[in-house]
Amino acid sequence: MVLLEVDRVCCGYADDTVVEDLSFRVEPGQLAALLGPSGCGKTTTLRAVMGFEPLRAGEIRMDGVPVSTARRTVAPERRRTGMVFQDRALFPHLTAAGNIELGIRRRPAAERARTVARLLETVGLPDCGARYPHELSGGQQERVALARALAPDPKLLLLDEPFSGLDGDLRERLGAEVRDLLRGHGATMVMVTHSLGEAFAMSDRVGVMAGGKLLQWDSPFHLYHRPVSRQVAMAVGRGVFLRGVLRAPDTLDTELGEIRGPRSHSHPRGTRMDILLRPDDVMIDADGPVRAAVTAKAFRGTSTLYTLRLESGTEVLAAAPSHIDLEVGARTGARLDLEHLVAFPAEV
Amino acid sequence: MAGPRSGMAAAALPGRALRAGSLLLAGSVLLPLLVIFSGWAAPAGEVWSHLAGTVLGRLLANTLLLMLGVAAGTALLGVGLAWLVSAYDFPGRRVFNWALMLPFALPTYVMAFVFLGLLDFQGPAQELARRWLDLPPSFGVEVRGPAGVLAVMTLVLYPYVYLLARVAFLGQGQTAFEAARTLGMSAAGAFFRAALPLARPAVAAGVSLAVMEALADFGAVAVFNFDTFTTAIYKAWFGMFDLHAASQLASLLLLFALALLTLERYSRARARYAESGRPARRRRLRGIHAAAAAGGCALVLLLAFLLPLAQLLVWAWDSRADLDARYLDLLGNTLGLGAAAALATVLGAVLLAAAVRHRPGRLSRAAARVGTLGYAIPGSVLAVAVMLSLGWLDRQLAAGWLWWSGEALRWGLVGSAFSLVLAYFARFLALAYGPVDAAFEQLRPGAREAAQALGLSGAALFRRIYLPLLRPGLLTAALLVLVDVMKEMPATLLLRPLGWDTLAVRVYGLTAEGLWERAALPAVALVAAGLLPVALLNARRPERRGRRHGAA
Repeated sequence: MVLLEVDRVCCGYADDTVVEDLSFRVEPGQLAALLGPSGCGKTTTLRAVMGFEPLRAGEIRMDGVPVSTARRTVAPERRRTGMVFQDRALFPHLTAAGNIELGIRRRPAAERARTVARLLETVGLPDCGARYPHELSGGQQERVALARALAPDPKLLLLDEPFSGLDGDLRERLGAEVRDLLRGHGATMVMVTHSLGEAFAMSDRVGVMAGGKLLQWDSPFHLYHRPVSRQVAMAVGRGVFLRGVLRAPDTLDTELGEIRGPRSHSHPRGTRMDILLRPDDVMIDADGPVRAAVTAKAFRGTSTLYTLRLESGTEVLAAAPSHIDLEVGARTGARLDLEHLVAFPAEV
Repeated sequence: MAGPRSGMAAAALPGRALRAGSLLLAGSVLLPLLVIFSGWAAPAGEVWSHLAGTVLGRLLANTLLLMLGVAAGTALLGVGLAWLVSAYDFPGRRVFNWALMLPFALPTYVMAFVFLGLLDFQGPAQELARRWLDLPPSFGVEVRGPAGVLAVMTLVLYPYVYLLARVAFLGQGQTAFEAARTLGMSAAGAFFRAALPLARPAVAAGVSLAVMEALADFGAVAVFNFDTFTTAIYKAWFGMFDLHAASQLASLLLLFALALLTLERYSRARARYAESGRPARRRRLRGIHAAAAAGGCALVLLLAFLLPLAQLLVWAWDSRADLDARYLDLLGNTLGLGAAAALATVLGAVLLAAAVRHRPGRLSRAAARVGTLGYAIPGSVLAVAVMLSLGWLDRQLAAGWLWWSGEALRWGLVGSAFSLVLAYFARFLALAYGPVDAAFEQLRPGAREAAQALGLSGAALFRRIYLPLLRPGLLTAALLVLVDVMKEMPATLLLRPLGWDTLAVRVYGLTAEGLWERAALPAVALVAAGLLPVALLNARRPERRGRRHGAA
């Protein structure tokens, strides 16, 4: 059962293609995110799903029924889809309760009142119904916008950079809250964000976008550990590439020694490969087989991110527990602890 | 509603119908204009060559002087006062805030005859000056010059700018101003670089309304004997009975208005303005500054309203014997016509403004531009143009009816209240369009999409979102039109149904005979009626919203 299917969709204005040949599927109850830098086409994709953006080619289906094709676009108000806008777009002439009521205006008054009260309670603003948007803080406005979008019980909820106006701490907290709330509702969501942490923390499926294309649509775990390309690998986390030579389908020779991984590679023996090393793949170990010097460090609370220069001059990143405290310039050793071998044929 | 995105999203609205409607509206304005321009189709008559040879140069110079003087005067006074009452707090501010709109209620021609009555050679001011300074009885100062005209016009017309600029200043909140202050600008610098540019669409709309009003004015310039195109048209038409010369003069006047409109649109350029968050907190003035602010406002109020009103009241008291039950009829006719015209123009303006945004394209823009030209046409010229068009239509209808039923049609559009409302519509559509367009401009671009995402479309979208958000602008538009229709004189004079007197018609009849004291009575009634909408306008949004913000 698939709730939303985006099938080879193209969007754009005049002769400027913004989104090209984009496909993904969202199942009921799934929380999905489109991740990418500004201008990558993720917001356009979201607006196309909402029906604000006509398609040039391809099809968008909900519950198997086409809602957008190159020729026909079902009006946004008829899609049973809710949206939380980046600027929240609360109506300044209506109170918080009035804003929430707008989408359920045809229901009996008593039911409306109940729904509004319940949603205000859910988003943690039980006493704010009579306030006007300008009397609410940014985080409160965000919550009202979310409640407003949830009120009509949409089949699908779209969030456009939902927490972009908020500061880091609140942003993280609200993100987790919203995730739990949506899970509780059994809601299906697609959000757009340029924050990796937000995408990973909130979603079951993440689509990595760049230049109007979807590079990979996968679970956060797979994206991180099995990226399909270098571009995806670098988009979903820090790391460096280490040069190696393929000796056997699952074994590579590198300056850090022989590396074995669970995935086998079909390239011929002797192929030069680039191996992705995440910071948590490299352990600082004074007795390790490789000598290294610390060239930079960034304290991050639970861990410290070190930049190590190997003897060959290659630099790698290593995340170490923060009780290990080395100064810049200190000499130490390192070893590899790879659980997932990610390697791409070397670029010339 | 900027950019290509909203344009693409317009699928839900009956865009084509919207555009067709706006084109139709534009046509109703364009037709009289064409009738006027058709004057050039006939060979130039003697009167025209006479005019061109003798007075045309002076007419051009006077008209230019009038435009520039009124633009500068109303901009200075209107923006200055609006900024004072919206950015600062000083004793009496709350009163001045609304009281400074009172001159709206004074028609230019009333102000002109009161001004002359007070300041002319035989007036009480010069009389007093001669007595106190012991000057010879022959000494006097001529006040009938261009400076007098400009002073009268500026004092009466500045509320256009004041009203729109104040709404803009209150709407823009404090962010822009404070952001400018953080960039190291002084308060004055922040005003000129942030607050004023943000309010520019509103100021430009206000100034262009004031200048168009000045261009079309007949009563005041006539009282001052200051020859402009409008008076020349009047003289050509009613003095020399030369229809062609008059319509040729009118078409020149129209070119001025066109240039003015183009300038205004150009000044807005491609800038987009949207409402912003928190409202301004007024800075309290103290000591000499507070006194200067209060004194300045008081002086303007005194000159533009209190003094003229006092003089009118004195005169009206002297002629109170005229007052009888007929004045209720006069008032009813005046208000009824005003309300009908206000309703029609606001609906028309909404249609034009909505079409420009939801059916963007050359046609919609052209419709809006053409639809707002009528304001610059003097009422008298527009009246005759409407009369000619409807007269032609009446003849066609009558012929058709005769052919179809064999009887003569006993009914016609000429001389009906419809013809009058049509003339008002053509003339005042621009007046309504200004604030309506500005209100649309202030809509948050996402409002429509947010509403659609909640399942609103069509009538519900309009009633629940657009109407409440636009209401302050619509109300402003309706009241501007109501007041102006009530004050409108020449078109009413020519097109009113038989026996339908309005207050303005009564004022004209009495001033034409030099009965200024007796003209004061209907003039006071006109001012009183005009005060109603001004009071209503004052009770409305900006200030109330400001208070609610303040309580937050």
